[in-house]
Amino acid sequence: MHTLKERALHPLRRGGHHSFKALEDVSFEVREGEFYGIVGRNGSGKSTLLKCLAGIYSADRGRIWITGRMSPFIELGVGFNPDLAARDNVVLNGIMLGLSPREARARYEHVIEFAELEDFQELKLKNYSSGMHVRLAFSVAIQVDADVLLIDEVLAVGDASFQQKCFDVFNRLRDEGKTIILVTHDMGSVMRFCHRGLLLEHGDVVFEGDPDEIANRYLEINFNRDAPAAQAVGSQWSGSGTARITDAWCETPDGAQPSMFRQGDPLRFCVRVEFLETVEDPALSVAFQNEEKVTVLVANTAAEIERSGRFAAGEEAVFSIDFENLMAPGRYSVHARLSRLGHGLELLDQSAGEVSLIVKGTASQGGVVDLPVRSTIDRAPAGDRRGLEVSS
Amino acid sequence: MSVLTYGADPELGDPIRGPSALSGDWRRFWHLTFTIARTEFKLRFYGSLLGYFWQLARPLMMFGVLDAVYTLGKLGSASNYSAMLLSGVVLYTFFTEATAGSVRCVVDRENFVRKIQFPRLAIPLSVVMTALFNLAINFFAIAVFILLEGVQPRMTWLELPLIIAVLVLFATGMSMLLSAMFVKFRDIQPIWDVVCQVLFYASLILIPIEKLQEHTGLVLGIPLLHIWLVNPVADLMQQYRHALLGPVAPGPLVPKGTHGGINVLAAMGGWADLAIPIGIVVLSLVLGFWYFNRSAPHIAENL
Repeated sequence: MHTLKERALHPLRRGGHHSFKALEDVSFEVREGEFYGIVGRNGSGKSTLLKCLAGIYSADRGRIWITGRMSPFIELGVGFNPDLAARDNVVLNGIMLGLSPREARARYEHVIEFAELEDFQELKLKNYSSGMHVRLAFSVAIQVDADVLLIDEVLAVGDASFQQKCFDVFNRLRDEGKTIILVTHDMGSVMRFCHRGLLLEHGDVVFEGDPDEIANRYLEINFNRDAPAAQAVGSQWSGSGTARITDAWCETPDGAQPSMFRQGDPLRFCVRVEFLETVEDPALSVAFQNEEKVTVLVANTAAEIERSGRFAAGEEAVFSIDFENLMAPGRYSVHARLSRLGHGLELLDQSAGEVSLIVKGTASQGGVVDLPVRSTIDRAPAGDRRGLEVSS
Repeated sequence: MSVLTYGADPELGDPIRGPSALSGDWRRFWHLTFTIARTEFKLRFYGSLLGYFWQLARPLMMFGVLDAVYTLGKLGSASNYSAMLLSGVVLYTFFTEATAGSVRCVVDRENFVRKIQFPRLAIPLSVVMTALFNLAINFFAIAVFILLEGVQPRMTWLELPLIIAVLVLFATGMSMLLSAMFVKFRDIQPIWDVVCQVLFYASLILIPIEKLQEHTGLVLGIPLLHIWLVNPVADLMQQYRHALLGPVAPGPLVPKGTHGGINVLAAMGGWADLAIPIGIVVLSLVLGFWYFNRSAPHIAENL
């Protein structure tokens, strides 16, 4: 922050200016009627880009053109005043978004009805729950007549039924041929709605085009920064000390170790063990946990190889588990435990979550795993329809 | 930083140029300014009569204290000193509300400015407009008071809208300048607070113009009165008072010969002598608009 005093006392000193390029060389075209996604991590420049499009920031270089009317807002509920009741806020917000006072008042009933807030019209906004707040804001926003809508991360709010309502509105707007530009983190909504999209990283365009490919690349960018950490294994010494896990990794059956594994491909998890004492019949058990800490897969070598034999002190061995990778795209941490079947289960060593792997894929249906499915629809024979005939 | 200008493209449509002081159509600009001003006004009253009372209380209390001090101290020589003081305090309250109120206005409305495209000038103008609404309300108080004091409605009251209009222009110029400057220089606020205080004493609110006319000595070779009336607020204040109170007919409460002071034009001697205060008003408008307009495209980034 600057002051006049500083200016007066140090007329020649230029204040501590850091120039930061939020966006550079970004060029794209959105066609009429398209649902276009702008995606990127925090700080990638996507909000700056949206503000340039909305005319809130002016670009230092470059040009933007538009045909038709642009919605002038990028966020919901701008200008809502907590001390005013719903009606005043709806009118105020409508005017901010470019309606005339008469139009804004005329649309009030409709807005309240869509927001399902008929019972709370007289309540001051500060007494609204955040969900009610968002519902009201969204309802006003979609009343604005614009050919091009800019939307910043609205899908992350509201309860499930209202979200569904928002999706319905998006679908309707899309069907009406409106052009929508959506800025989001949520790959699900990009893949669900967008015709095309733009992936930004550090102000540069990483990819423009197909939403599925964008989702893939996004995952790649998002998890790559953690990749080195994923490779390192520092075994915690919590076992009996008779054997040690010296390395653990994931690979494809041909031995490659890519940064990401494609869903549906075979996957192999390996652990290298160094035996410090003689051990009989050791077994490896692994657990794959997703980011919500849900254990998706547990496997144990003892299921197939009950007696693995005797390993002498100083010997090394690689234990591996092969499986078809049906896990949903995302990041998994792998917990490996080396134990010995004896009297009960003796823990020799464990590696708790130091290996992580990233699964990419585009066919995910939203489950924890994507098991192979087959769909059929059997039509009943025509004569068999009961209860539908109407005698005339 | 330069803002490149480029025109419409036959295939691509109209350019998006970024924010400015007056972009878009005039109707939207007007609706926005008016709606923001009305909302602010409404909020201050909390929709109650008590709110109205509080709005009046500030200038009235200030007037009450000053009136007591100055009348008891025999400082007020004009015969209807109280009416003069009250009308002056009310008008000056408008000026401080409009200017001091707009210093922070753009920064305080950060959520609008960073989230929505609209003509930026609507913000300071709405502050001036809210202050104007308050002035209109306070005029009722003045009207009641001066009618009780025995002042009769006069033809010169027709001058009042013009005088107030010039003060509104000056306040608008300052509010554009101050609100845009505050975005960059945060010490504008204390500076302007002090200026407002000094201006209060320099604007012929407490001291009747007769006191200055009595002072016949020269300061730097210029009569003191002329130096005093360089301040446009002082000129407007005096002319407003002259128009409002004028020489009035004596009544039960009014001693003979009461008046609101002389015409500014007469006091200064001619229009040529008013060139400086008029120039200051025009300069404030031009400079204020130029500076605000220049800052508008980057205000959102500098907040």
